[in-house]
Amino acid sequence: MTLSTDIETLPQVAEKGEAERPPKARPLPVAVISAITIGVIIPAWGLASAYALVSPVFLPSPRQVVLALYNLVVTGFVDATLAEHVGASLYRIFGALIASILIGIPAGIAIGTSRLGRGILDPIVEFLRPLPPLAYLPLIIIWVGIGEASKITVIALSMLPSIILSTSAGVRGVSKDHVNAARSLGASRRQVLREVVLPSAVPSILTGVRIALGAGWTTLVAAELVAATSGIGFMIQSAAQFLVTDIVIAGIVVIALIAILLEYVARQIERRLVPWAAHR
Amino acid sequence: MSTLTFRNVSLRYPPRAGRAGADEKLVLDGINLQVASHELVAVIGRSGSGKTSLLNLAAGFLEPTAGTITVDGVPVDGPSADRAVVFQDDALYPWLDARDNIALPFKLKGVPLAERRARAEQLLARVGLADAGDRRIWELSGGMRQRVGIARALAAEPRFLLLDEPLGALDALTRTRMQEFLLRIKAESGAGALLITHSIEEALLLGTRIVVLSPNPGRLTAEIEAGFNAEVLNGASVAAVKASPIFKRMHAGLTGLIHASAEEEIAA
Repeated sequence: MTLSTDIETLPQVAEKGEAERPPKARPLPVAVISAITIGVIIPAWGLASAYALVSPVFLPSPRQVVLALYNLVVTGFVDATLAEHVGASLYRIFGALIASILIGIPAGIAIGTSRLGRGILDPIVEFLRPLPPLAYLPLIIIWVGIGEASKITVIALSMLPSIILSTSAGVRGVSKDHVNAARSLGASRRQVLREVVLPSAVPSILTGVRIALGAGWTTLVAAELVAATSGIGFMIQSAAQFLVTDIVIAGIVVIALIAILLEYVARQIERRLVPWAAHR
Repeated sequence: MSTLTFRNVSLRYPPRAGRAGADEKLVLDGINLQVASHELVAVIGRSGSGKTSLLNLAAGFLEPTAGTITVDGVPVDGPSADRAVVFQDDALYPWLDARDNIALPFKLKGVPLAERRARAEQLLARVGLADAGDRRIWELSGGMRQRVGIARALAAEPRFLLLDEPLGALDALTRTRMQEFLLRIKAESGAGALLITHSIEEALLLGTRIVVLSPNPGRLTAEIEAGFNAEVLNGASVAAVKASPIFKRMHAGLTGLIHASAEEEIAA
């Protein structure tokens, strides 16, 4: 998350007599400070491995990691190239995302609009929400086997609570005037739901999807570490077993990059789909 | 020619049947009121006098605790396009552009896309926003938003327009212009209108009849007829009407009535 609670970035209150003071040096932008952080960590890492402060088995040099990454792209590791591993992982996460959207949005609407729906679904969601997905992974493997279905199920389950809760929050947060206006213009209950409640819940649903993607990605890698024959998590696990640390680190970097990319794409979709969310 | 009728209407809050508790409040008490198609009945009263509750009852958003509300003899049973509401905070849908906001009532009736857009376009022209159809709601000024809100209400082809302080959030200059606009639009539409306002001046200028609502509990304490409405429609300027001695005299009279109701409350 990029929530900034940095006091320096808060707008400063203009003080009296400011004009008389000597002009202060402009504070460094946050992005520059972040760049410096990265610019320190990577050379430090390079130095640590160059002077063999840490055994290269534990900490390969940055150059080795870049090389490993290149080899991953070109020749691959454990019977698949990087693209194939990433593809397998993305297939799982998007399969799970579609499943959890198809289940989660109707469930969220049911919780948000009906007492009965809330009574039935609330305990299930509240039970599922705090559970670490890896806690129920063994059970899911017993139930649906070790193939793709079990991984997609676990990921979907880890995504469901945030989609359900954000949908029901969005549905409940609809403006009373918006609903009343539609009713006084002749809308039936069903029409109110379709024309007013759902559109006004879209920003909240998209936020839920974004959070779900983050949660799902974490679960995915963990699930692949436990049981898989392809995928980025599996690749890291295999590399670790052979002590190929450079591939482990390269894999971690790839996971981070994909997570950042997913977040970015989700934000862009949000901006495209609900430009009005900022103007409510 | 239609009539909206309140007969002995009372409203308690919270509206829980059969449980009279100390926390209950009588909001409206024994309201009798009629609004006919040719009329614009303006309801004035101080905050807390139950003006908005009265409108919500007429709209069907609230149910009366006692008494009946009817349209041409048929009891009001929930909201309907018969009685379209214009809200103070416009209540336009930000996910739709101006045109589609106005086209919504047509959509609800199942009018095909091309036709409902064309009809919305006509309404846009009628409210003086011919070129604004593609604009998003947040790109419109307060006055333009209320024009869109009024056009949307007209699209429902209501028998009554329920106007809940529609000009309350506008600046003084825009407000004066919108008052005249509202009068013309109302007259053209042939719908009756119930206008809630806290501005005595606005009530007097727009209303064919003005009723005063006094608080705790809300009761109709005075009712006067006014003809400034017709003068403006016949071409007199709003500024001239407001400056006329008779307007000022009636304004003072109404102010007195509202104050009297307030003092009564303090004495009681």
